[in-house]
Amino acid sequence: MSEWPLYEVFLRGKRGLNHVHVGSLHAPDDRFALMHARDVYTRRNEGVSIWVVRACEITASSPDEKDPMFAPSGDKVYRHPTFYDIPAHVPHL
Amino acid sequence: MISDDLLGNDAHWAFGTDFEDPLAGVDTTVPDGVDPASLARYCLMLGDDALVLSQRLSEWCSRAPDLEEDIALANVALDLLGQARLLLARAAAADPSVVPALPDDSPVPAEDALAFFRSPAEFRNVTMAELPNGDFAEAITRLLLLSTCRLAEFESMAAHPDAVLAAVAAKGRKELAYHRDFAARWFVTLARGTAESRRRVLDALDGLWAFWPELDAPAGVEVVLDQVFAAADVSRPEVAPARGLGRECVHTEALTDLLAEMQSVARAHPRGLW
Amino acid sequence: MTVTETELAEHFEATVARGDRIEPRDWMPEAYRKTLIRQIAQHAHSEIIGMQPEGNWISRAPSLRRKAILLAKVQDEAGHGLYLYSACETLGTARRELTEKLLSGKQKYSSIFNYPTPSYADVGTIGWLVDGAAICNQVPLCRTSFGPYGRAMIRICKEESFHQRQGYELLMTMMRGTEEQRAMVQESVDRFWWPALMMFGPPDDASPHTGQSMAWGIKRNTNDELRQKFVDMTVPQARALGVTLPDPELRWNSERRAHDFGEPDWDEFWAVVEGNGPCNAERLDRRRRAHEDGAWVRDAAVAFAEEGAR
Repeated sequence: MSEWPLYEVFLRGKRGLNHVHVGSLHAPDDRFALMHARDVYTRRNEGVSIWVVRACEITASSPDEKDPMFAPSGDKVYRHPTFYDIPAHVPHL
Repeated sequence: MISDDLLGNDAHWAFGTDFEDPLAGVDTTVPDGVDPASLARYCLMLGDDALVLSQRLSEWCSRAPDLEEDIALANVALDLLGQARLLLARAAAADPSVVPALPDDSPVPAEDALAFFRSPAEFRNVTMAELPNGDFAEAITRLLLLSTCRLAEFESMAAHPDAVLAAVAAKGRKELAYHRDFAARWFVTLARGTAESRRRVLDALDGLWAFWPELDAPAGVEVVLDQVFAAADVSRPEVAPARGLGRECVHTEALTDLLAEMQSVARAHPRGLW
Repeated sequence: MTVTETELAEHFEATVARGDRIEPRDWMPEAYRKTLIRQIAQHAHSEIIGMQPEGNWISRAPSLRRKAILLAKVQDEAGHGLYLYSACETLGTARRELTEKLLSGKQKYSSIFNYPTPSYADVGTIGWLVDGAAICNQVPLCRTSFGPYGRAMIRICKEESFHQRQGYELLMTMMRGTEEQRAMVQESVDRFWWPALMMFGPPDDASPHTGQSMAWGIKRNTNDELRQKFVDMTVPQARALGVTLPDPELRWNSERRAHDFGEPDWDEFWAVVEGNGPCNAERLDRRRRAHEDGAWVRDAAVAFAEEGAR
């Protein structure tokens, strides 16, 4: 069964302001992501303009990368057990 | 209880200031040259379509294919409910004789008297709005057909001599344009998605098309619809029209059931305050 | 230069101690990550399952105004669940995975939603007491140590204030109505009072995770502290409303400057947590059906998107 990709949503609250990251959602493609963003994140007139971008297409620095000591650890999700899909019937993992 | 410094002071409220009475502060005098009875009748047609379709759409709440769609369908239902309130209130103000009689001390406002205390044989919605819910393809197809028609109706209504109705149309047009685009996008997606989704959307269209003539689509609607069908690689079904007489207050049992449920609490407490 | 686990842990502890937020790409202890996933997921599931008890009344709301309020409120809960699932996804757990854990019973949701809602007054009582208790729990979480969780909570708390107000306002209106309506309100409050107190979780001495969660800044107050705060807040609201709270031991203690109150039935609490509440099976079943019935739609949208990409 397929899951829709994750999108990040940015809203311009009113004219003259920057777009600000407000949250995420799932959508099958860019157009649906925009519609979903309108439905999910502007229910109370919070925005005049919406940007959506696939989460996997964002290039990010590690928060602590100015400090080389912590740089190597920042984005290695594979170090975390939750990164791995283990079938439910395998015990004690 | 929630401090302003933590949450900021920009609380957005879900509703405008006129939420209590949808026509608060509006001059509801019927203009010269407009027959109040036929104005009320027209408002009831459009108001009942919105109310009944909104009720069907809200049945999707907590049952949609994903959270995003749950929220989207609720938005459409809320828009239509807002339109229904304005139109029912307008009908009552234009011709008070359409409002069912309630005890003198009843606190029930006119819009609610119309929604909760009329019998099925007094509703003027089209049959397509009242049909029981099917699957998501059925919901999308029904929304596509009804919102395309309704948008065209509202576009011409924006020039209505009654200023109230013109204002309702101006507000509703934007909402309906979104409903149509949402439905059209999903219609094309399902028609061209998987074999299963295509089969389901074609079944839905076949089932609903019999009730299309009853909508008496304004000019131009079929052109829009044909564009959507072309994008979806779908042709108009060849189905014999059903005998839809919703505008004449003739309904299926589905409306009786829908209203029995919708009206149950209000009718159990005719003097209740809510 | 290699970085040892100890140095990373020290950096993490120092960040939390300063009151700074931990962000998704920061190093964090595995137990912290697991605790967060457990707590945020439980919270998200509660929002989604929590749509049902009130959602059952959308079709029967007794006025069009109340119908709009209720639908908007239940819709907000879907939004809140969505924000929280998103926060959880920053920890590397996909929504699909969380949904599967909910449906298989591996992750829990708040027990309060396993109680039935047989009366329209329950819509008001849930807003007042259940959302009131939730707000007590959630406002401190706006300052929780994990950034995405705190940000989701800020958004949620803003929206929740409407939820509690609409509930209280419904009850106030009903209390001004007929004798029958006043009886409905009291009966509903009688049913929901104790389950609402249980929402803060077991007493502190029976809450194994509290100590560590507070040290990590995930939780900001103990269960008993929040429960006390809720009781103190609610008593004057009940008086203003004209209902009695069903606890003979409830009285003001002038020495403690707080209310004394009776002990909830913790056996009942654990029974409901273990899945033996009045509506556990029904709630999960509805969620499961929606998820399964939606599978072909989600698949179709992916197939169409892939076709477009080609």
